[in-house]
Amino acid sequence: MNDMSQGNYTTADGRKIGNTLMEMKNITLRFGGVVAIKDISFDIHEGEIRAIIGPNGAGKSSMLNVVSGFYHPQEGEVWFRGEKRPPMKPYEVARLGIARTFQNIALFEGMSVLDNIMTGRLNHMKSSMFSQMLWKGKAEREEVENREVVEKVIDFLEIQAIRKTPVGRLPYGLKKRVELARALAAEPKLLLLDEPMAGMNVEEKEDMSRFILDVNDEFGTTIALIEHDMGVVMDLSDRVVVMDYGKKIGDGTPDEVRNNQDVIDAYLGVSHD
Amino acid sequence: MPDQVLFAMEVMLNGLMAGVLYALVALGFVLIYKASGIFNYAQGVMALFSALTLVGIMEGQVPFSHLINAIFGTDIHHFGWHVPALVAIILTIAVMILFAWLVQKVIFRHLVNQEPILLFMATIGLAYFLEGFGDLMWGSEIKRLDVGLPQGINEWIDLTTFEAFGYGFFIDNLDISATIVAIFLVAGLIVFSQYTKQGRALRAVADDHQAALSVGISLNFIWVLVWSVAGFVALVAGIMWGAKSGVQFSLSLIALKALPVLMLGGFTSIPGAIVGGLIIGVGEKLFEFLIGPMVGGATENWFAYVLALVFLVFRPQGLFGEKIIERV
Repeated sequence: MNDMSQGNYTTADGRKIGNTLMEMKNITLRFGGVVAIKDISFDIHEGEIRAIIGPNGAGKSSMLNVVSGFYHPQEGEVWFRGEKRPPMKPYEVARLGIARTFQNIALFEGMSVLDNIMTGRLNHMKSSMFSQMLWKGKAEREEVENREVVEKVIDFLEIQAIRKTPVGRLPYGLKKRVELARALAAEPKLLLLDEPMAGMNVEEKEDMSRFILDVNDEFGTTIALIEHDMGVVMDLSDRVVVMDYGKKIGDGTPDEVRNNQDVIDAYLGVSHD
Repeated sequence: MPDQVLFAMEVMLNGLMAGVLYALVALGFVLIYKASGIFNYAQGVMALFSALTLVGIMEGQVPFSHLINAIFGTDIHHFGWHVPALVAIILTIAVMILFAWLVQKVIFRHLVNQEPILLFMATIGLAYFLEGFGDLMWGSEIKRLDVGLPQGINEWIDLTTFEAFGYGFFIDNLDISATIVAIFLVAGLIVFSQYTKQGRALRAVADDHQAALSVGISLNFIWVLVWSVAGFVALVAGIMWGAKSGVQFSLSLIALKALPVLMLGGFTSIPGAIVGGLIIGVGEKLFEFLIGPMVGGATENWFAYVLALVFLVFRPQGLFGEKIIERV
């Protein structure tokens, strides 16, 4: 029996999980006097679906914002692909190959679905501004290649029908899917999903779960997701970190976490004294 | 055709040409406003400053010569060379890019997420600083700017219209060149924003900062870029106004005519800036021609603002602006 916490194993459904891709070491994040994250460590293996769960205000989103460079922890280290990551701006993190979605959706409302997803390819475009303006040689090849990746993502997420629609006109569930598409178009090494099912109805949640599993399966994308809803997460993820009041109270497979007394208490609301 | 109608047509055509210049200035406002939500009061002064710099470089003027002479007791004013127009234009573009970078680095970087009114105040400060700086750097006398654009009456139009209507239209060659340059500039801007990586990034930043960051766009870079482009547009406007009426400090006041143009066209629309400019240009010339004599003339000073006010009442978002919908 492999030890799942060390990585390098094959899952029951035949997916290969590799070495550590990202490691958070003793992260502490404060806002003024408020401690949002208290000395948390965990790792993410290549190819796995890793969830961070916890009740409201547990510090999950803060954690994701640390990973994606929107927040900078006062203490602790972030390791990515075997290297210690210096404090970085969000756009630099994105260029490292870490894509994300947002809890309250951050799309370019005025642009079409296609244009939105194309922005995910910005970091894969190398030709100069002038050759792009003149639409010559390398620039044209590049545009075609990028379009191919984008079209593949569009097919994959089944949003062909709305590709020309301005995003502002889409219903909530589809917006979430477009946001996922934009993140995927970047071909990220690590995909961060901030409450991908928030505000969705049962059917939309099922669709989203299926897409997340398929993305992981098909492209081998490593995914770290935050969820509020415990049920959904347990079916999706390989390993789960549980947070409560900024502290880590559990870490392991869904089954291990489910039987952890601290986790049960946190979710059922035992008084903290 | 009766003379009155012919005169009116000529006035209209001249209005169109003047409108192109208004549109050029307005374009610079729109670019920065769209990308960063900053209403850049300094756009007009940027046109003045770039034109001053262009003349200074072309004439081989020593920058800050008054200051240098006052401190060191020297008496130098000119390097003694002349720089060809094209080279001088390229150098001026470099200066405007440096200016864009400095503005971002020294001012707006520190004002991210501040109230729009604060950003606006910062640009007012910037405008007066830049005006004084331009004065210190290049001197305050009126300068002639000649980059080799054709000037004077267009003979061909004069002759053709004379043969057709028995009355020759007076259209300045300079206005025609300004129109052609403006068309190319706008076409270039559209191609830039639609087909380049930077243009797409710029549209993305204009739409949502957070989302832009998450796909790996550096906001700082985009803001420097957009100020550089606005600087370039200012230079084009500066060249045209400068060639028409000399490079002088009143240039920055003329630029305020871009305000009614923007109210008309919408603050976020490039086509709006152009159509707005043309409407104001034609409107004020025609109004002066038709109504001016009845009210004692000088209507050009206020007509544009009144027209903009009327527009504001009926269509506050402008002709092409995004409709403002507040969801309750």
